[in-house]
Amino acid sequence: MYAYDEIDRTLVNERVSEFRDQVKRRLSGELTEDEFKILRLQNGVYLQLHAYMFRVAIPYGTLATNQLRALAHVARKYDRGYGHFTTRQNIQFNWIKLAELPDALADLAKVGIHAMQTSGNNMRNVTSDQWAGVAPGEIEDPRIWSELIRQHTTLHPEFSFLPRKFKIAITASDHDRAAIKIHDIGLRLIKNEKSETGFEVLVGGGLGRTPFIAKTIKHFVHGRDILSYIEAILRVYNQYGRRDNIYKARIKILVHELGIEKFSREVEDEWQHIRNSSLQIDDEVIEDIRSRFTYPAYEKLPHMPDELRQAAADPDFEAWRKNSVAPHKVQGYSIVTISLKPTGGPPGDATAEQMDALADLADRYSFGEIRVGHEQNLALPHVAKRDLPALWKALDKLGLATPNVNLITDIIACPGLDYCSLANARSIPIAQELTRRFANHELANLIGRLHINISGCINACGHHHVGHIGILGVEKNGEEVYQITIGGRADENAALGTLIGPGVKFDEVADVVEDIVEAYLALRERPEELFMDTVKRLGVEPFKERVYATR
Amino acid sequence: MPLVNGGKIVDDSFVKLAVDTPLPESGDILVPAERFLGEAEGLLKRAGKVGVIWPNNRDIAELVPYLGKVAAVALVFPTFRDGRAYSQARLLRERYNYRGELRATGQVLRDQFVFMLRAGFDAFEVKKQADAEAFMQTAKRYSVFYQPTGDGRITALHRRMQLRHSEGVGT
Repeated sequence: MYAYDEIDRTLVNERVSEFRDQVKRRLSGELTEDEFKILRLQNGVYLQLHAYMFRVAIPYGTLATNQLRALAHVARKYDRGYGHFTTRQNIQFNWIKLAELPDALADLAKVGIHAMQTSGNNMRNVTSDQWAGVAPGEIEDPRIWSELIRQHTTLHPEFSFLPRKFKIAITASDHDRAAIKIHDIGLRLIKNEKSETGFEVLVGGGLGRTPFIAKTIKHFVHGRDILSYIEAILRVYNQYGRRDNIYKARIKILVHELGIEKFSREVEDEWQHIRNSSLQIDDEVIEDIRSRFTYPAYEKLPHMPDELRQAAADPDFEAWRKNSVAPHKVQGYSIVTISLKPTGGPPGDATAEQMDALADLADRYSFGEIRVGHEQNLALPHVAKRDLPALWKALDKLGLATPNVNLITDIIACPGLDYCSLANARSIPIAQELTRRFANHELANLIGRLHINISGCINACGHHHVGHIGILGVEKNGEEVYQITIGGRADENAALGTLIGPGVKFDEVADVVEDIVEAYLALRERPEELFMDTVKRLGVEPFKERVYATR
Repeated sequence: MPLVNGGKIVDDSFVKLAVDTPLPESGDILVPAERFLGEAEGLLKRAGKVGVIWPNNRDIAELVPYLGKVAAVALVFPTFRDGRAYSQARLLRERYNYRGELRATGQVLRDQFVFMLRAGFDAFEVKKQADAEAFMQTAKRYSVFYQPTGDGRITALHRRMQLRHSEGVGT
């Protein structure tokens, strides 16, 4: 866990007081909606279809239990009793009143939570691996660097009015759980031949109407230079990024139009001017940030405790354990993923009661820490293996033990037409229907790892391009039509999916997915061949044939 | 449009000239970049200060040879959402060491004052009278800054270091 000190708390409180004044001026008419819009966006407030939507940052996905309880409190006091965890390590509340927002922010500030830069054309909440600090084999805890960059990009005086939004993600593991290749800047923590810590820097990834996988701009930037290098990229983007067309304003378009070689020369030139400035980070600064991350006092525990051995006789527990429990870097401990994808539920939603109860469980079983991942699930990062059976029983009672992590019903979906003013089609009902179709755990398990991603519009908040099966809702002649792609992925081998054919109607989507899955089961060479591997081996043709032969 | 300079609302001594406005005999003038670059020598010879209005899509490096001779550089925010002039301001102050008046013009609102001050602006053509009157109060809104910029304010990282050392912790 990272502890905010008095300095961080002062800034958050100053921000709340500024926003309180801005809301007051808006309500009195002193600020026009046009002027206010950008100010509220910088504080995470959107005007949605039915009400204001409030997006709260969970930097690099780490939450303490008092913070989760504060989110539950906001859900209960200012909203309708639930919150929605998003693909950006944020939580959104959908029914908040503008006049009450400053109070909600003040309540969150008490526990060091804020909504700064969760939207708007600035540097967004820095995201990272939800297993940071506990994943076996990572280079080092990427949150130390995430926090450094979070601080540097918060209220940055040069980059708070960029051409468009800007997202940075960091991973420190071979297996990329932070989806760095679909971010404006992706950072992969590595060691060079001298064992010095640094980053491979990728740039220009992103989804939306023009999706791109990020390209490597530099193979190694030393840790001490990472702020100046990021600043150089941002400065080039701020000056040369397009502002004439909102759809072409993201850095991915600039990188694409200039070409990565020319873009990297511009950045290099800028960087040479500033790399030896006060932006250079000395070890002492890094050590200071590192010292404010506290780690649990782990016990020396057996690899296979009796409690776990005994519980293995229960097939329901075993199904959950195999699905939701991952290895931890410390012997005797596990990382437990908590699925927020119950059968028939909207992906990523949690009630205030669930959040409070989870906070209690995290206090009892996970050293008071919770993680939020971009797959819209939560995790308890330090669970002693002996506690797994008791934790499972408690989660089950809360409706939080659905054993479907990474399976076909672990669906990523944006809020879609049910909430979002940008959406052209519904996402949540499609996800709900699919979770019902594939509710049978045996079948889902037989299918194996398969990610379905659903977006209700071209902006791609549901990351449909990188779903193994991607579903994009569009509007055509007043009707919702869904385009299906296959073969996308967001991990270290990130790729964009391929369209399999014409869009299908709302009522047909679940049938089409079933067809694709049946085709896969028939086509795979052996049960271990994952959907993605079959698609890679055969291309889209056989799937296309299966889906459209009878339609 | 009220001008705030040195934290106070002041009279603007500069007269803005268009590309084709006849040159007044004396007095301080602010001239568009294009005209300034075309007539620099003549303009700088006359009595009165000369300032230049620099658009936010023109390379600031072109102005560098004249920085010691101009009394003011006015950068432009065509809308408050367009942040290019922030980069130009920092380049002028931090890279090119410009010490004259650096003026923010266009859509200048109180909610941007802190960012502008930190980027190096010291004069502000403020759009609304009420915002100009609230300048000092708004400028002091924040006491914590995370990034080092040319305004020399101590960053949170370095303040922590100081605190640590003064407490005798660390090292």
